[in-house]
Amino acid sequence: MTDIRYTEDHEWVRLDDDIATIGITDHAQEQLGDVVFVELPEDGREVAEMEACAVVESVKAASDVFSPLAGTIVESNQMIVEDPSLVNGDPMGGGWFFKIELDDVADFGKLMDEAAYNAFLETL
Amino acid sequence: MSETALLTTPLDALHRSLGARMVPFAGYAMPVQYPAGVLAEHVHCRSAASLFDVSHMGQAFLTGPGAAVALEKLAPGDIAGLAPMRQRYSLLTMEQGGILDDFMVAHLDGDRWFMVVNAGRKHVDFPHIAANLPAGVHLELLPDRALVALQGPRAVTVLAALAPEVAALPFMGLAEITLDGTQCLASRSGYTGEDGYEISIPDERAEAITQLLLAQPGVMPAGLGARDSLRLEAGLCLYGHDIDDSTNPIEAALAWTIPKRRRAEANFLGATPILAMLADKPARRRVGILPTGRAPAREGTEIVAPDGSVIGKITSGGFGPSLGGPCAMGYVRADFAAIGTDIALMVRGKPLPAKVAAMPFVPHSYIR
Repeated sequence: MTDIRYTEDHEWVRLDDDIATIGITDHAQEQLGDVVFVELPEDGREVAEMEACAVVESVKAASDVFSPLAGTIVESNQMIVEDPSLVNGDPMGGGWFFKIELDDVADFGKLMDEAAYNAFLETL
Repeated sequence: MSETALLTTPLDALHRSLGARMVPFAGYAMPVQYPAGVLAEHVHCRSAASLFDVSHMGQAFLTGPGAAVALEKLAPGDIAGLAPMRQRYSLLTMEQGGILDDFMVAHLDGDRWFMVVNAGRKHVDFPHIAANLPAGVHLELLPDRALVALQGPRAVTVLAALAPEVAALPFMGLAEITLDGTQCLASRSGYTGEDGYEISIPDERAEAITQLLLAQPGVMPAGLGARDSLRLEAGLCLYGHDIDDSTNPIEAALAWTIPKRRRAEANFLGATPILAMLADKPARRRVGILPTGRAPAREGTEIVAPDGSVIGKITSGGFGPSLGGPCAMGYVRADFAAIGTDIALMVRGKPLPAKVAAMPFVPHSYIR
């Protein structure tokens, strides 16, 4: 079973070998409302943990998307640039944002698991 | 602002039962969107009919001999010249030339007038008007009336099924109509750029009549989110953003609200600075702006010239669902105000190319 972890900024992170795929959670897309614009990081950009590296804009407002872990951007999802509504329709799947080659795979373990994230949502 | 301090409209329970997301707005708990979402609500309004609760706005009757003349001392519009059951958009101006509020005024009959002002300004506007009335003219506030807007190309079909006489109303015409046995005041107007009506309803009948309207084929509720994107595409000003007490009507591109007679009389509050700007030309102007790319530019975004110098600021901006892209309005230095002028918008530290553009961004569909 694929391990998916979460952040308090409502990003999800899926690890495949040393590549982490990052998107925003269903809760995040629900709160944002209809997504109309996405700006993604360039391939090869080195990002620090918690660095703002993408932007998601809904009809209401603009929000940063953070890199939950340090590493190098290896791919960005051009599909959501073409069709931002994918972020609302399939946030955990086709609506992914970018992939990072992690500096240290062990960092992944520091993130919240699903139970911890659901507990965190309860506190909001 | 504390949640408990929020006022509610007579449709509060209905909004909640429809699954609205409620937000504080001008001191009221108001629906920003329903489960369909802002995009769907916006598009629906342009293709069918949408129902908005605007009961937070301030309604009043102004009555008595000389009422119109008294109001014209505070507003530079042609109010005395309004035919019975016709209304007009006007401004409450200030001594130093700023705008106290924008509002709708209707001539009912004889010495009876009806006004609708912004929710966030009614506590300023009404005392200001009341303090400037001669003996015999009275301002009667109507806090016990709801106001709903039915907007969109199907609005006429929907409302005429219940009150056939509204089909014959011209744009900005009014009629006393009976809905579900209750007398209501309807005007053919709105804030979306679409054909439609605003309907003033006694509080205690507001929920039942709104439900009756929502039950008609093609009608969906819409919240403040869609109201804002619709009015932005229509190029209509939002008080407190595009106009305020620091904006002169001339630089705000609202000179059209001041007809010849009023310019000649020059007898309204702020006439000296306003007519001076009309004669001397403003140093900045409110214009429409279309970003070249896909990124929306929000309120507060700096506008720069191609050489990087700051020439203005965005006052309303976002994504236009019917336009299919971003649009904005703001103030620019007068030498950059011509349609087609290349400008740039500082979004997240980067200058994004944009052009000054004609408004409305989406053509108005008013009945003529």
